[in-house]
This record gives sequence, C-alpha cells and structure tokens, in this order.
Amino acid sequence: MATAEPKAVFDVESVRRQFPALAQEVYGKPFVYLDSAASAQKPNAVIEAEMQCYREYYSNVHRGVHYMSQKATEAYEEARDKVSSFIGSGCKREVIFVRGTTEGINLIASTFGRQRVGAGDEVLITAMEHHSNIVPWQMLCEQQGAKLVVAPMNQRGELIFEEYERRLTERTKIVAFVHVSNALGTINPAAEMIAAAQERGIPTVVDGAQAAPHLGIDVAALGCDFYTLSGHKMFGPTGIGALYGKLEHLIAMPPYQGGGEMILTVSFDKTEYAEPPAKFEAGTPNIAGAIGFGAAVDFLRGLDLEAVAAYEADLLAYGTAALQAVPGLELIGTAQHKAAVLSFLIDGVHAHDVGTILDHEGIAVRAGHHCAQPVMDFYGVAATARASLALYNTRQDIDRLIAGIGQIREVFG
Amino acid sequence: MTVLTDLYQEVILDHNRAPRNFGPLDHPDRTANGHNPLCGDELRVYVALDGNTVTAIQFEGSGCAISKASASLMTEAVKGKSTAEVDTMFRAFHDLMTGDPSVREAAGPQLGKLAVFEGVREFPIRVKCATLAWHTLEAALHEDAKVASTE
Repeated sequence: MATAEPKAVFDVESVRRQFPALAQEVYGKPFVYLDSAASAQKPNAVIEAEMQCYREYYSNVHRGVHYMSQKATEAYEEARDKVSSFIGSGCKREVIFVRGTTEGINLIASTFGRQRVGAGDEVLITAMEHHSNIVPWQMLCEQQGAKLVVAPMNQRGELIFEEYERRLTERTKIVAFVHVSNALGTINPAAEMIAAAQERGIPTVVDGAQAAPHLGIDVAALGCDFYTLSGHKMFGPTGIGALYGKLEHLIAMPPYQGGGEMILTVSFDKTEYAEPPAKFEAGTPNIAGAIGFGAAVDFLRGLDLEAVAAYEADLLAYGTAALQAVPGLELIGTAQHKAAVLSFLIDGVHAHDVGTILDHEGIAVRAGHHCAQPVMDFYGVAATARASLALYNTRQDIDRLIAGIGQIREVFG
Repeated sequence: MTVLTDLYQEVILDHNRAPRNFGPLDHPDRTANGHNPLCGDELRVYVALDGNTVTAIQFEGSGCAISKASASLMTEAVKGKSTAEVDTMFRAFHDLMTGDPSVREAAGPQLGKLAVFEGVREFPIRVKCATLAWHTLEAALHEDAKVASTE
C-alpha cells in the first residue's frame, strides 16, 4: 500500500506499552482492538489514578471538614480544571461533570430545551446523529408540541450544507449535531455550522463524543453554546463525561436534578440553588471517575496531538485503501473529512457473522446499527461491521483485519 | 476452546445461502414480526393452520447466517406439526443452547436436524439470533404479541 509516511514522529509502540489490555491474546491470537469508537482502552495512568484515589485519599467531596475530604475535593476540582483547559473553556465553572455524552444531551434538552422550545418551534439535528442526539430531542419535542427537523446528508455521508442552512428558520430554537459521526466517521464542519446558526441567533449543541479522542477541541474558537464529552471514549473511565455550557446559559437554566450538592439553602417552603457547576451536579458525583478522566486528559495532553492526528490520518488512509481492495466489500461513509472509522459491508455476509469470525481471529470490531438506526436506514442496511481506530492501532492491525476478512470468505465461500 | 466450524456448520451455511420456505405466504392464518433490537434484524413469519396443525409456513426478512438458517430449518421442522408439538420443540431448541448438560442431552433427540445449532451455545451473544424465528413463530401461533422481540 503506497501511502505517505506520517509527517510528524509519533512513537506508537511506546504508547501501546501504556495500555495493558492490548498486550493480550484472544483465542490464542494477539488481540487486535478495533472498537475504540464504542469505548477506548485505558492507559496505566488512568487505571492508577483511579486506584490511587481509592487507596490514598478517598472521601466524599465538597462536604467534609476533614483532611481526606479536602484532598478528594481538590483532586476532583483539579480534574474539572484539566477538562476545562483541554477543551478551551475560559472558565472551569462552565464544565459540568455528567455520566457521559448521553446524560449531557439529556441535561440540556430537559433544562435549556424546555425553556427555549415551545409549541410550533423546531429543533434541528442532522441525518447522521447517534440515538443519544435524537431521542432526547424527540422527547422534548413531544412534550412541548415542537417539531424535530433533520438536515440531510449525501451518499458519502456528508452534511448537505445548503440544506442545513435552509432549515435554519425563525422557528428553529436549538441546533444539535454530531461533531464526528460514530457510524460513518464524517467530521462535520462544526465551526461553519455554528456560525450559520449564530448569525440567526440560534444556540448550538455539539455532540463531541467521537471528536474528543481525535481532534483538538476548542469550544471558544468553535463558539458553540454547549459541547458534550464522554470520558470513556477519551481513554478515561466509564460513567464520567463533561458538559460544557456558556456560563450565561448555565446561570439562566433551571436545575436538572434536585438533591444534595446543588443547593445553597433548603427549607420546606423554598430551596435556593447553588451556582453552576454545582447546580447541575446533584448527589455524590463519580469522584474517582472524574479523577481518572483528569488523568486521561493528562495522557492526551502529554502527546503531540498534531503528530497523533497525522498518524491517525495515515492509518485511516492505509485502512481505507486496504479495505477498498477487497472484492465484494463496500465502505459505508466515505466523507472527504473523516476520522478513524471504517464501516463496511461484505457482499452476502451479515455484519454479525463478520463480527463473530473476526473475533475468532482475535480481532474486535463492532457489528450492528451503532446506535444510529436512521443512518442504517439511509443506506438501506440493517447493520454494518465497523473497525474503529485509535492512536494505539497500527498498520499491522489493519493487515490482520484484512487477513481476517479472508477467513470470512473461507467460511462463507 | 470454541471452534468456528461448530457454529458455522455446513447445514447452516447451506440454509443461509438458500433459505427454504422464503417469501410471503398467500392467505396466511397467522403472521407475526420478530425484531432483534440488538442488531436491528427483522423477520416476518406467515403460518397457515388446519385446526391446530401447521399446514404451511413461510418467512422473510434480513438477518445473519444463524438467524436465517434457523428460520429456514424451523419452517421445515414444524410443517405438519401441531401447535403443542411446536411449543415442545421450541422449548427443546432453547434448552439445547442455554440449558445445563442433562437438559441438553434430553433436548437433542427431539430436535433432529435442528441439533446443528448446539454449537451456538458456545457463542452466548448469538443465541438470540438462533431463537428470533422461534419467538416470532410462537407469537404468531399464540397471538400474544404483535411483535416478538428477543429482548
């Protein structure tokens, strides 16, 4: 495969050594993990950070006057600082810890959404959304008597920008879109989409679950009103993510859940709410998870992210060319601007069978609808197989994938 | 260690390539849709009955090799059987893949050709693929659900 070598130096082997799960065998074969878009593996630093919290300074946060609570609170808030500066938010109060992108979007829909969207209004999304950026808006529209409008994409899986712009009307009260599609790998022109909405005074919500592990995120430069992240896709723990929101919105929004932590004073007559971010973090949070998330951000910031991007682009080009050379294989999602995802169909073989046979070769891929059934419907398929790449994958992994696909032909003839 | 050929036996591959009783049935007495939310696979089963006896059965839909072959082999196995016999076969089929060894041993002989699905038990995530058609048929026969689901 004659593709250019990566321009910047990125030492993938030293990165791989930091991920203990990768150094295993599955069915007696070296493990090839090509399912990072579902969830990424964890580096030692993340695993250690979570363990260290439980071993050395675990306590509840923002509550105790004692030493351990103080230590845990500092570490938890330090993690917020790290996430805040990683995504270019000017103020750590704009970062709310949530369970993940799904909870982030649900939070916006049920607070900001209910304030802004009324009967006859519209919420605009795109044709390539994950279920988590469809269903919360559908629920909101149903409650409010509003309409969910979908901006279409072309056969390559790219947003049709003029069609998107045409759907930005005076009825549009929120625009919510995915930064990088999990099913297709498409990188949406987020800055242009946000600018077009902003010109018309429409607030924007960006689902950044798949973007954060691959692209540098700068919410200030993007100018979005909200941006959501999942820690586990960024090499951090599960059950933790972040929601960025402009402070003016967070101040004006009603709380999401009621409980401890999110209050100033409570009486049976009236409760005064805390300021953001505490206002949106009712109950004891995922303390160790947040600290692990902070360690994942440190891990990413310790890398030359431009070199990582060049490395991943090379890997994607190599994988694309290799898959396209397989007879009877069709790539689904061939956007010009694309990240880390190779969704494909093999003529006459269902994605589940592809997944099972590759699994027996030690190769983990996702097979299914990728929580994006409307995307599958668009292409008229029930499911695809998806190999998704991360910074720890190699050309050898792609070669193994291609050899595994050869096995599929052996079985199915 | 599990072996792939235990799962993809020749009979299964054959029924996947050339499913029997595939396509709609004219004037069915019962129909039901089956859905596996895990993968989005959908299946439709059509049944003609004479009293309690299955006289004709057809299926259509899309699915993996396991689900398609299972539906195909099921249609062959249940034709001419009473609904009570179908119920017994379904239980035996389910036991074959999920039961403990003694249950499996008892189930095997009742199933004839369907015993080729025994290998599926080594692939727990695929059990739902093999049972989707049966859940759908049960729904059609007993009309207890418009849409059968593996979940």
